[in-house]
Amino acid sequence: MSAKGGPGRIVLGIETSCDETGAGLVRLEPDGSVRLLADAVASSVDEHARFGGVVPEIASRAHLEAMEPTVRRALDEAGIGLADVDAVAVTAGPGLAGALMVGVSAAKAYAAALGVPLYGVNHLLGHVAVDTLENGPLPRHCLALLVSGGHTQLLSVSGVAEEVTEIGSTIDDAAGEAYDKVARILELPYPGGPPIDRAAREGDPEAIAFPRGLTGPRDPKFDFSFSGLKTAVARWVEQARDAGRQLPIADIAASFQEAVADVLTDKAVRAATELGLDTLVLSGGVAANSRLSALARQRCAEAGITLRVPRPRLCTDNGAMIAAVGAHVMATGVEPSSLGISADPGMPVSTVVAY
Amino acid sequence: MLVIALDTSTPAVTAGLVEFANSRPQSLAERATVNPRAHGELLTPQLLDVLAESGHQLGEVDAVVVGAGPGPFTGLRVGMVTAAALGHAAGIRVYPVSSLDAIANRVVEDSPVLVLTDARRREVYWATYDSPTELGTRRRLTPPTVDSPRDLVTKLEGSPVAAAAGELAAAHAPDLGLKAVDPAHPSPEGLVSAAGRELRSGTEPHPLVPMYLRRPDAAAPGPPKTVTAERGRT
Ligand SMILES: [Zn+2]
Repeated sequence: MSAKGGPGRIVLGIETSCDETGAGLVRLEPDGSVRLLADAVASSVDEHARFGGVVPEIASRAHLEAMEPTVRRALDEAGIGLADVDAVAVTAGPGLAGALMVGVSAAKAYAAALGVPLYGVNHLLGHVAVDTLENGPLPRHCLALLVSGGHTQLLSVSGVAEEVTEIGSTIDDAAGEAYDKVARILELPYPGGPPIDRAAREGDPEAIAFPRGLTGPRDPKFDFSFSGLKTAVARWVEQARDAGRQLPIADIAASFQEAVADVLTDKAVRAATELGLDTLVLSGGVAANSRLSALARQRCAEAGITLRVPRPRLCTDNGAMIAAVGAHVMATGVEPSSLGISADPGMPVSTVVAY
Repeated sequence: MLVIALDTSTPAVTAGLVEFANSRPQSLAERATVNPRAHGELLTPQLLDVLAESGHQLGEVDAVVVGAGPGPFTGLRVGMVTAAALGHAAGIRVYPVSSLDAIANRVVEDSPVLVLTDARRREVYWATYDSPTELGTRRRLTPPTVDSPRDLVTKLEGSPVAAAAGELAAAHAPDLGLKAVDPAHPSPEGLVSAAGRELRSGTEPHPLVPMYLRRPDAAAPGPPKTVTAERGRT
């Protein structure tokens, strides 16, 4: 089935902020809705595994190799050619400097060669906008909880791509990072999310009372901290090993996972309630975690909040989410970026489009 | 034929449009800005300026030639990925060439030459070249390598080179007993001449692989640190 023709405008989205090279295609329909046409991703995750985390230079090298083939794959998937593309959107930040530079440079060349506008957009917003590809238009105001190896943030979002305010974020490790570190302590593979989730299914989430970071009465209400939790797990494991006890991996994984999911969902639901927002978008790589999504579903239902979670494939970094932001900003008539924009590793969430 | 030439392997961000006829490259328009921190910002705008100034459209261009390094990684990739995307969008071939070859091919000196550029971390990228052919191109005597300037002294013992070009020529030529000559950076004409044989014969380009000459800095982690050690480290 061809995506060609019809009155909509097609946006190519390019993502290279971390270890996934993404090229996605969406169509902005005349009624303002945005439809997913293609989503091609090449990942260098396996090359980072033995280092226990993303090595920026390895990621950048992989992006260069994968860029053109990934764009070609997306075009093939959508059954269109580059000549059908009406705009190019790219992650301008935040992310790894060298990695971002590859995507931004490629996007500029595609936009210049095709003679179409370029939108250098905010990666974090992509994790919110991607939900509209699956679950339709978002309400005018909503709350987003973004959880991944790189980010842990609560965002108040208006009009998907118009105004974004950070309500809270992690003051140390991202939630996904805590998963990776705990996996290493438990001698489970990298990335740590899936193996911990799997081990936790056999365990008792109340077996060990791990601390809930930043939940004291004087702590910042909507910020997160996972470094203390990771240390608590390390200490517990060390003591058990010193005492010559067999490690109850399933119980440790379940108790750790419970602590993460508990804090994340508790703060998200309280923020939504306090801000009067009735929709929560849960996105980012860790959104696929079974306990986090189950607890979010339960607590949102209790609080009368509509929970929206994109399918796992769209929750992790991809080009379609960036194309989606591009389509939404194009719909609002926002000025395109200049071809002289910089990649901005520390791009603030309040910046939707880079100029 | 019309050829776009790009290079970002040195602090110079270079874009040009070159007419390649009768084996002689001739620049129609070019932009070069020396700014080691703005490769990603400047390259595509410079290319558009070059096309506008020359009065040509991308659709008229027959090929892209890009400097594949060696060069500092982040900047180098800007040129490589820009070339790949341009080639894809315009449906034309992209020829990677050694950026050091591009410099060597524009040295007017008759003697064999050394080309050396900045590899940072107090090291240089270098290669040596024979005297020029009648077309002005030079055959490589030794392949691109990365070394400290001190090791370079040893490695050049017995080499016929009498002059040095490239951005670090002026800095190191005296120590090496060589005469420092131009150019300092790859030029569009030099890049196109480095791809001359392939452009003339229309052969399939080599894959677009950058010449890094160094492995990424990355170490596999040791066993997890103990909590006590970790607390002491804060
Ligand atoms: Zn992300």
